[in-house]
Amino acid sequence: MAVKFVRPKIPKFAPDPWAIQFDEQGHLRHLLTIEGLGPQWITRILDTAEGFVSVTDREIKKVPLLRGRTVVNLFFESSTRTRTTFELAAKRLSADVLNLNLATSATKKGESLLDTLRNIEAMQADMFVVRHEQSGAAHFIARHVAPHVSVLNAGDGWHSHPTQALLDAFTIRRHKGDFTPLRVAIVGDIRHSRVARSQMHVLNSLNVGELRVIAPRTLIPTDVEKLGVRVFHDMREGLKDVDVIIMLRLQRERMEAGLLPSEEEFYRLYGLTEEKLAWAKPDAMVMHPGPANRGVEIESSVADGPQSVILEQVSNGIGVRMAVMSLCMSANRGETT
Amino acid sequence: MKDAPENLGLDYDPVRHPEGCREGIDCDRWVIRGARLRDPSNGLDTTSDIYLGGGRIVGIGEAPGDWPADTAEHVCAEGHWLIPGVIDGWARLREPGHEHKATIATESAAAVAGGITTVVMPPDTIPVLDTVAVARYIKRRAQLAGRARVVAIGAMTQQLDGELLAEMAALDAGGCVAISNAHYPFQDLRLMRRALEYAATFDLQVLLQPLDPSLSARGCAHDGAVATRLGLPGLPVSAETAPLAQLIAMISETGARVHVPQLSSAAALKLIERAKADGLPITAGVSAHHLWLTEMDTDALDPNSHVIPPLRTIRDRDALRRGLAEGLIDTVVSDHQPHEPDAKLAPFPETEPGVSGLETLLPLVMKLVEEGVIDFDRAIDSLATRPAALFGLSDAGSIAVGQRADLTLIDPDAMWSLDSTGMASAGENTPFAGWDFAHQVETTWVNGRRVFLREP
Repeated sequence: MAVKFVRPKIPKFAPDPWAIQFDEQGHLRHLLTIEGLGPQWITRILDTAEGFVSVTDREIKKVPLLRGRTVVNLFFESSTRTRTTFELAAKRLSADVLNLNLATSATKKGESLLDTLRNIEAMQADMFVVRHEQSGAAHFIARHVAPHVSVLNAGDGWHSHPTQALLDAFTIRRHKGDFTPLRVAIVGDIRHSRVARSQMHVLNSLNVGELRVIAPRTLIPTDVEKLGVRVFHDMREGLKDVDVIIMLRLQRERMEAGLLPSEEEFYRLYGLTEEKLAWAKPDAMVMHPGPANRGVEIESSVADGPQSVILEQVSNGIGVRMAVMSLCMSANRGETT
Repeated sequence: MKDAPENLGLDYDPVRHPEGCREGIDCDRWVIRGARLRDPSNGLDTTSDIYLGGGRIVGIGEAPGDWPADTAEHVCAEGHWLIPGVIDGWARLREPGHEHKATIATESAAAVAGGITTVVMPPDTIPVLDTVAVARYIKRRAQLAGRARVVAIGAMTQQLDGELLAEMAALDAGGCVAISNAHYPFQDLRLMRRALEYAATFDLQVLLQPLDPSLSARGCAHDGAVATRLGLPGLPVSAETAPLAQLIAMISETGARVHVPQLSSAAALKLIERAKADGLPITAGVSAHHLWLTEMDTDALDPNSHVIPPLRTIRDRDALRRGLAEGLIDTVVSDHQPHEPDAKLAPFPETEPGVSGLETLLPLVMKLVEEGVIDFDRAIDSLATRPAALFGLSDAGSIAVGQRADLTLIDPDAMWSLDSTGMASAGENTPFAGWDFAHQVETTWVNGRRVFLREP
């Protein structure tokens, strides 16, 4: 049954950046950010993903939903894990997949982003999966693509990584069911994390009981409380009574900018060890969007321990991405799924 | 107040009237009939005829004795306001060096279409405006364009590299109205202090925009809730206040006359207020877009809202409005930065900052009057009277017999909305497209020549 989407009124001079995600009939055309999706669309994506996760358990791991369609992975910033899961998701939907690693290619030769886009569009692509180092890049591309093309944001700058956040929510839902009684803590480099921002939107949209961020002040962005989180600088306080712990990757290059004195000090204060894990609820889930730096943000025994769902997140990522791809593509075919 | 520089002025402009002269009519003589003349600086608010001749205002109410009535051009301006021509204290015209963005010809035409009769240009051209030769080139290009007066600000350091002092006294003698290092930083504070000391030797007007390069590195939006949500690298208020506090400390020691062309935050305004209260020779300006827009306008990731200093919070904007209303902020500028379309065709952080502001400066300030934020007197004071005093343009910025005939005729009842594609500027990068305005510029005179007439 089609979910009725009430298109919000867009102010004349400040169009909501997320409104572009929907076509005129209110169907999901692009996935650029979690903002504006609302709980009904998020739930619909997660429900659809349930069906696709079971596909991966079959002997023939393919469905013909996107047969004859071309999905182009436009990666302006290198990534192995995300690109591979998007590729696998597209292939399991029977689409043709083109992988373009543009981090070392066209734009480095001086071609503008828009020219690159136009050239690939001319190759009759139906969907762009975009990863870019600049915030807002996926929105920019979505504003300029041909009407039949869908854009999926696979991470733009520090802004948004919607499919990662959706797969995290999917994983939490599978283990914990209802979100409303849950306390979730996100730990680490919140300032530069697109994953953290998307997680805040998705979990708050699903009415999570309490959302916390834990990091030193240098890794907490200004006014982050306005995104609906409580800020903690102390792990013991922050992890108290927490049901889900999401560790973020600490990017070594950030530390050169004087944000942290050393990896060792960060690990001592904020690294998730077995000792610190004990401060949370006994059945707390441990998550990490990967790749995890063992001994920097997480102890090996925790990453591989019984409370860790890190590898499950990776598997779920494929199903969630299949769900998003099929929903966006059906909007573009004019179908109401 | 020093005299306007004659060697670089438009007084000896060899260019004829840009629209051509009608046969038998002296296009340097004008009678503007029935306009409401409004110049708060000398208490003028009367409906009267005004006579222009030889580039000057020669009579108000009555024609001068030797007035040859039959050869003058008559303009019927009943129901319109005649105000002193606007002096825009900080606008990039992109020439020389960035002619692919705009030229002096296109931008001076845009200026007069927006009621601006004098454009003050910072020295960050290519080549840098650190020699009189470059200043002369700019003057000549403006004369050939034959629209707005263009006055130059000379460089404070050679090549604006912040290392070696430029020949400031020579630039001053050559007609530059002030000196500035544009948005380029000084190598260190010692050199900055020396540059201020040297400028103070000759009582030169200095323009400096406080922006700490290390605190502002990569930043493209106000470091607040919106930038956090959109994941945009933030530009904190301290990037403005920290160097401003240093600057104020150095002004108190050197006595240099310093003008800050663009404030963006309430905290910076507070520093200016204290420095003024201490009697320091500091003045400040604000750009028209900072009086209207806030960080919320970057929410749509619209590259036209990408400006440096960034659009800050509603509280900052309201403080700037209050500062302007109270006269703490002296001038309003356009901070005009026209761009070619490609400069704005990229993800938000990768776009070039700046708006095309010449044609919205006067309408945006008049809109503040309409909304009761400031009164009409303050509007004209900030757009004409104080900029004229600041840059030593003693014969501009007011309506009086003997003053230069730089005048703007506006229709106070015209309702219009801004169409960015219909702008005279080569840059269509405005965040105000679609905004509704009253007060439309109808005609502009520069040096007694009609340089703009709105098509009916």
